[in-house]
Amino acid sequence: MSTNKEVFLSVKNLEVSYSQARREVRAVNGVSFDVQKGKTLGLVGETGAGKTTIAKAILRILPDPPAKVKSGEIFLGGEDLLKKKEEDMLDVRGKKIAMIFQDPMTALNPLMTVGDQILEVLLLHNDYDKAAGMREAGRMLETVGIPAERYAEYPHQFSGGMKQRVVIAMALACNPELLLADEPTTALDVTIQAQVPELINDLKMKFGTSMILITHDLGVIAQTCDDVAVIYAGKIVESGTKEDVFDHPAHPYTLGLFGSLPDIDSRTSRLSPIAGMPPDPTNLPEGCSFHPRCPHATDACRKGQITSREITPGHFCACIREGGN
Amino acid sequence: MSRYVIKRLLLTVVILWCAGFVVFTLTYLVPGDVAKILLGPEATEDVLVIKRAALGLDQPYLVQLGRFMYNTFIRFDFGDSWVFSSSVMAELLERIPRTLIIGLSGMIINVSIGTILGIIAATHEGKWQDSFVMVIAMVFVSAPDFFVALLLILLFSLKLGWLPAYGIDSWTGYILPIISSSLGAIAVNARQSRSSMLEVIRADFVTTARAKGQKESVITRKHMLPNAMMPIITGVGGGLAVMIAGSPVIESVFSIPGVGAYLLSGVNQHDYPVVWACVIFLALFTSFAILIMDLCYAFLDPRIKAQYSRGKKVKG
Repeated sequence: MSTNKEVFLSVKNLEVSYSQARREVRAVNGVSFDVQKGKTLGLVGETGAGKTTIAKAILRILPDPPAKVKSGEIFLGGEDLLKKKEEDMLDVRGKKIAMIFQDPMTALNPLMTVGDQILEVLLLHNDYDKAAGMREAGRMLETVGIPAERYAEYPHQFSGGMKQRVVIAMALACNPELLLADEPTTALDVTIQAQVPELINDLKMKFGTSMILITHDLGVIAQTCDDVAVIYAGKIVESGTKEDVFDHPAHPYTLGLFGSLPDIDSRTSRLSPIAGMPPDPTNLPEGCSFHPRCPHATDACRKGQITSREITPGHFCACIREGGN
Repeated sequence: MSRYVIKRLLLTVVILWCAGFVVFTLTYLVPGDVAKILLGPEATEDVLVIKRAALGLDQPYLVQLGRFMYNTFIRFDFGDSWVFSSSVMAELLERIPRTLIIGLSGMIINVSIGTILGIIAATHEGKWQDSFVMVIAMVFVSAPDFFVALLLILLFSLKLGWLPAYGIDSWTGYILPIISSSLGAIAVNARQSRSSMLEVIRADFVTTARAKGQKESVITRKHMLPNAMMPIITGVGGGLAVMIAGSPVIESVFSIPGVGAYLLSGVNQHDYPVVWACVIFLALFTSFAILIMDLCYAFLDPRIKAQYSRGKKVKG
C-alpha cells in the first residue's frame, strides 16, 4: 500500500521502560512503524498502551529517570534521532518535529502571555528580531482563529478550546515537517472536539506536514488519518491503511475496539466490550499480551512470541489465527 | 491595583492600632508596681506617689490607654523613656537602621544563596549535589542562631582574629551578625526552593518548553523558576519578619545597639514606652514586608493581579 511513497520517519523496534520502585514498567515493547511524507498515521489504543511514550521518545523528551529507551532506532531523513547529541536535538524539537500536547489546561505556562509562548519557539528556530517574531506570532494566532489582539493575554483568560488552539499554533509556528498530536481532543468538551481535527486537517493541508495522531477515539482516526496502527500493551497488533483496518479488521483486539462502538445502523441493544483489563505492564503475560482477554486464545498464543504477518499487502496483523476474522 | 494598595495601607493602620492596643494592655496587666521597680526598694511612699503621677500610672486604664493611643498615633510620639528620660522616638530612629542592615542584607543573601542551592538540589534530584545541600540545610535548620553565632565568634574572632566579636565600630562588625542570623533562613529557603522547584519540574508546560527545543538552562530560568517563586517569596518574606523579630537574640550576642536589644532592655527594666515603640515598629515592619510580598505575587502571577484588580480578595 505504501511501497512507492517516500518514508519520512521510520521507527524500528523501539523499546521504552520506566523504572518504578525497582520494578520495570515495560511501556513500549518493540514498536516499528513508518510515516509517509505528508500523510497522517493514527496510533490508537487504550490509556496506558504506550502511545504518548512513543511520541515523547521520538522527541527525546521522556523524563529520564525514570524513563529509559532500551533499544530501537528512530530515523528521520536518514539520521537516527536516538544517536544524536542533546544539543543537536534542540534544533529538531520545535523545528523539524513539533508536538501538540494532550491537556491544553496544563501545557501552557500560566505566567507567560500566549503570544510570548509562541514567540519563544519562533525566536529559537528563526532569525527574526523580536518585532518580526511578534508579528509572526500574531499571525499564527490568526491562523488558528484567535484575534492577534489577544497576543498579550494570559492562558487563564482563554477557554479550553482556545488554549488548545494556542498549543496548536505553537506547534505549527516553525512549519514542522512532522507533527505529533497527542490526544488533541481528549481534554475538550464535545462541542469543541469536532473543530480541532478539522483545524488540524486544514493546517496540515496548508503546510504539507506529516503527522502522527495519538488517540483512543476511532472517530477522530476516521476523520483525519491515512494509516492506522493499533497498539496494545506497548506493541503494534495491527497496522495498515485506514481502509484496511476499518473495513477488514483482523486482530481480535481491533475487532473488540470496533465492537465497543455504538453503531447507528445495527439494532443491537448491547455493545460487546472487550472483557477484562489491560495487562499490568510490570508483569506482561507470556506469548501474545492479549491472550488473557482474547476469545480465540489457544495454547500457542500463551507460549511463543507472536510475530506480525502481512495479511494483504501493507496490512499487518500480529495474530496467529489464519485470515483474522 | 492602586486601589488595592491603598486598601492594604489602610488595613496596616488598623493592624497597628490593634498591635498598640494589645501591647499597651499587656504591659498594663503585668503585675508589680512600676514606680517601685523604677525607683528601687528604698523609695518612700511620697516619692512613689509623685512618680506614679508623673508617669500617669495613677489614672484609670481607659484614660491611660486613650492617652497612649493619642500620643502614639496622632502625635507620633512615644514619650520619654522611664529609665533614661530620653526621647524614645529619637533613640528608636537611631537604632532602626542597624537592625534593618542586618535583616535586609540577611534577606538578600538568603534570596540569592538559598534559592540557588534549592534549584541546584532540585535539578540534581537524588544525586550527590542534592544530598549534600539537603544535609547541610538540615544542620542549619536545626541549629539555633545564637549557637551558630557563638561558634562563628569562636572561629573568626577568637581563633583567626579576622572579625570583631561584638560592637559596630566598623562595618566589619556587621558581618558575623548577618551571617549568623541568615544561615537558618538560608537553610529553610533552600529546602523550600527545592520542593517548589520539584513541583514544577515535571509540569506539562515544562515538557512543552522542551518540545520547543528550548535549552535546559533557559527552561529552568524562564519556565520553572517563576512558577516555583510563590512559596519561595512567602518563605523569604516570612523569614525576614522572623529575622527582624528575632533580632533581640543576635543583637544581644553581638552587643549591637539595634531595635532588638532596645526591646529586650525595655522589657527587662519595665521601661514600657520602649516596649510599646519597639513592638509597634515590628508590627509596622512585618505589615510592610507582607504587603511587599503580596505585591510580588501580583507582579509575578497575572491571575493574582487580576484578582487584586477586581478587589475580590484581600490577603492579610
